[in-house]
Amino acid sequence: MINLKKNQSAWYLLFLCWVVASVATAGSLFFSQVMGFPPCELCWYQRIFMYPLVIFFVISLISLDASAFKYSLPLVILGWLTALYHNLLHYEIVPESATPCREGVSCADIWINWLGFITIPMLSFIAFSILLIILTIFYRRYLK
Amino acid sequence: MNKQKITVIITSVVVIIGFVIATFLYNSNQDAKDSLIAKEKESLFVRAHSPQMGPADAPVQLVEFMDPECESCRVFYSFVKHLMKKYEGKIQLTIRYVPFHGNSKFAIAILESARKQGKYWETLEILFEKQPLWGNHHKPSPELIWNYLPMVGVDVDQVKKDYKDPAYTKLIEQDFADARELGVKATPTFFINGKPLRNFGYEQLEAQIKEHL
Repeated sequence: MINLKKNQSAWYLLFLCWVVASVATAGSLFFSQVMGFPPCELCWYQRIFMYPLVIFFVISLISLDASAFKYSLPLVILGWLTALYHNLLHYEIVPESATPCREGVSCADIWINWLGFITIPMLSFIAFSILLIILTIFYRRYLK
Repeated sequence: MNKQKITVIITSVVVIIGFVIATFLYNSNQDAKDSLIAKEKESLFVRAHSPQMGPADAPVQLVEFMDPECESCRVFYSFVKHLMKKYEGKIQLTIRYVPFHGNSKFAIAILESARKQGKYWETLEILFEKQPLWGNHHKPSPELIWNYLPMVGVDVDQVKKDYKDPAYTKLIEQDFADARELGVKATPTFFINGKPLRNFGYEQLEAQIKEHL
């Protein structure tokens, strides 16, 4: 495994991942706790995949141990797939009836819409995509 | 301490402070918006069909968006009743419906039918009292409601004739539409003279009512 003590730029890549995960976590908590939007079922799965990343990456950054990479990658991939599916629902490419959403909040409901295309599932998709890209770069540069 | 640790700590602080500032800005902005809504959407708070308790000229207009099948509404009801007594003549309570649960509409239709017999509040109370039995989320048994109605002197046969009246469906739909328009996302949601309860809780509700007395 790559040595983060010696390799500054590797450390910064993981730092960037941590910042993205932290902003996504704080943002999602802001939507549910401050603005009072109830998270739908798919949102909960994406939260499950996102929140632990904050912890994984920060441990890596402090202990200078890059092993967070292998623990976070599966979560990022699963979160990315869930977010992709959620967006397909949102844009009605997949019909709502085919979703696992039950009583409560519909995953196809639109709560925010900034600039005509930025919705909450889109923000999630963007966050997971950035993480996936950074982790791919990290892999190709330092682990291949 | 090394440079990396300092970077991590500073970033954490920035994210947390950002969150706090955003919360503060959002809440103060929301307060201004709420005042505007209270004026602009006045008609949405009370409809001609809405059940009310207390004098119309009371200084406090308390509007409760609720669901007879909701557990929190059940718990809150006794507190609201207590407030109505404590500040008798000073509060007018208006009930609005938000049917969030499976049998809410059924219970509301029965409630409205009982209202025709002048037994509204008694029926609402018995529905809340027995809610754990008929509204159990693992095994809801709405048919049990029929057994409770005679306990408060409601003519069950009459209710059975009345409760399918499409007017009740319309009434519920109207309430639900108003609730959405007013941004009601949970039950019970309270509005005090058109302004939403700022922080959810018993004391908070009483405190906000007191502001208008």
